[in-house]
Amino acid sequence: MKRFDETFSALRAKNEKALVAFVTAGDPWPQRTHEIMAAVARGGADVIEVGIPFSDPLADGPTIQASSHRALEAGMTPPMVLDAVRKFRAGNDTTPVVLMGAWNPILQYGVQRFVRDAADAGVDGTIVTDLTPEEAGEWKRVCDAGGLATVFLLAPTSTVARMALVGKMASGFLYCVSRTGVTGAREEIPDDLPPLIDAIRQRAEGTPVCVGFGISRPEHVRAVAAFADGAVVGSALVDLLHRERDNPDLPDTAAQFIATLKAGTRA
Amino acid sequence: MATFTSTADALGHFGAFGGRFVPETLIPALDELAEQYEAAKKDPAFQAEFESLLGEYVGRPTPLTFADKMTAELGGARIYLKREDLCHTGAHKINNTIGQILLARRMGKPRIIAETGAGQHGVATATVCAKFGFSCVVYMGAEDVKRQALNVFRMRLLGAEVRAVESGTRTLKDATNEALRDWVTNVRDTHYIIGSVVGPHPFPTLVRDFQSVIGREAREQILAKEGKLPDAVLACVGGGSNAMGIFYPFGQDESVRLIGIEAAGEGVTTGRHAATLTAGRPGVLHGSQTYLLQDEHGQIAEAHSVSAGLDYPGVGPEHAYFKDRGRAEYVSVTDAEALDAFGWVARTEGIIPALETAHAFAYVRKLAPTLGKDKVLVVNLSGRGDKDVDAVSKRLAMLDAAEG
Repeated sequence: MKRFDETFSALRAKNEKALVAFVTAGDPWPQRTHEIMAAVARGGADVIEVGIPFSDPLADGPTIQASSHRALEAGMTPPMVLDAVRKFRAGNDTTPVVLMGAWNPILQYGVQRFVRDAADAGVDGTIVTDLTPEEAGEWKRVCDAGGLATVFLLAPTSTVARMALVGKMASGFLYCVSRTGVTGAREEIPDDLPPLIDAIRQRAEGTPVCVGFGISRPEHVRAVAAFADGAVVGSALVDLLHRERDNPDLPDTAAQFIATLKAGTRA
Repeated sequence: MATFTSTADALGHFGAFGGRFVPETLIPALDELAEQYEAAKKDPAFQAEFESLLGEYVGRPTPLTFADKMTAELGGARIYLKREDLCHTGAHKINNTIGQILLARRMGKPRIIAETGAGQHGVATATVCAKFGFSCVVYMGAEDVKRQALNVFRMRLLGAEVRAVESGTRTLKDATNEALRDWVTNVRDTHYIIGSVVGPHPFPTLVRDFQSVIGREAREQILAKEGKLPDAVLACVGGGSNAMGIFYPFGQDESVRLIGIEAAGEGVTTGRHAATLTAGRPGVLHGSQTYLLQDEHGQIAEAHSVSAGLDYPGVGPEHAYFKDRGRAEYVSVTDAEALDAFGWVARTEGIIPALETAHAFAYVRKLAPTLGKDKVLVVNLSGRGDKDVDAVSKRLAMLDAAEG
């Protein structure tokens, strides 16, 4: 939690918004995910989401589905994901890291053991895409005790009552999905987003509200930064990392891409 | 002994199983569905329309046929067949799609999506969409599109769009993933007609309720014919809707054994099977906690079965509960045993069963001879096998060639 608090207060002090960058652990380099994470941080990402690959990613569009599949084919496992975070932490003690994935791999790892090992590796929080507040009671208690933030999602379909419920449960930040649908790059940011974020913010109890799904270009980041606390870029980065997988300068290429997006978060 | 009960709590938990594990976007739609379903259950007009359609359109009640030749050949228990193969569209699946299309109309959602394995649920969904004037998209694994070509054609004939799913294992699991992705995207105007007692709450409960007409009829019919309850009720289990449909009304009759038959594929010890309750362990997939085929890291394993309708690495959460409570027994039979039973049922009783259903008969062949002639078995003949004739003939030709 400490890294989240420090990151978001430093951003507020600079009048900047957060750029949150998503990478799938193990794609394209199973043994070198930490190098990609370091490059993304170097490029200016304020928070890094690391995807735990899952065989049946039903919240994901084609780009992240394919990425998850490649990572699993390459032999990526949850212990290897934690190992990547540990290696990243050896060179970076400030950028918050959030693990994002489906509930089943965590359940099979063992809830208590997962939280302990993740915190020990230097993870700051989790986003479990198919775990809504109703099913997350025990998870929330274990994460609170272990010092991990619990990021929850909200969507354009969320009622005011759900915003309040999620607002109470969420820590680190709140992840608002920009549209009904799965992850993946889109052309436009929906028009109805500002009032939605406003309604969520009123019930977020001070937790920053970031927006993801469909954000792939600097102008998208700029548009979202005008009304939210941060923008999440996923598929566009995953796609770049895949296209440039044979490029020996892949980390630098990724850092440059992140830098162009990060510019959009500065007022 | 306390009477066995099985009722989900307000969040859809059957003991440690069930619940709701889906993206946040879907929660309001599931809340709405649960609310509308509760209201519909109490609405006499809804119930009357549902029952009238089951009678006038589906052709219910279906007969309970005494299988005299089968009984004589096996030389043990008296065998009765609950004839869901005689339902309109050729399988039990339509009991559920009729109920859900009425719910969709009640909710004012004009677009329907569905997943299908063998295509029976896809056909049943396309049928009610045609009848009630809804647009219909059916997701089907590309592998299943190939092995169930007849049903693909039937769905298209009925006006549905069939989308072949190329991701993952290209079977029922992946069709379900894709249907859920569609639903997350189009949830505002779309109802997802899930075809089995699987998925997030309230689906396992409402599909079970719509299908339990099978067991209610069978229970009355067997009491009328035999003057007593059966000793065992048998059904094949993939997701488990035909089994739960016939089991549930016998749930509190503790003398009645409930036996679910899973697909052992090439054998449960080979790793190439779909026997989830026999060989899986608890986890979360497609919105609920249940038994799953999975690896040590929680990645879902590929299921294998000659029958597309049973080729699924999960199972309905209420079956998981029945298993853990010891209320039902779950066994498995192999592809080879099921294929053999397919022809045997056709020759013995003049009924070509679905390949899914043939799994139940493969076990009946083992069980009936071990029981006395005073014992009574009821087998859910969940669907007819016309759709499988082509695939089975190819398979048998392959075996002949290998032997010749």
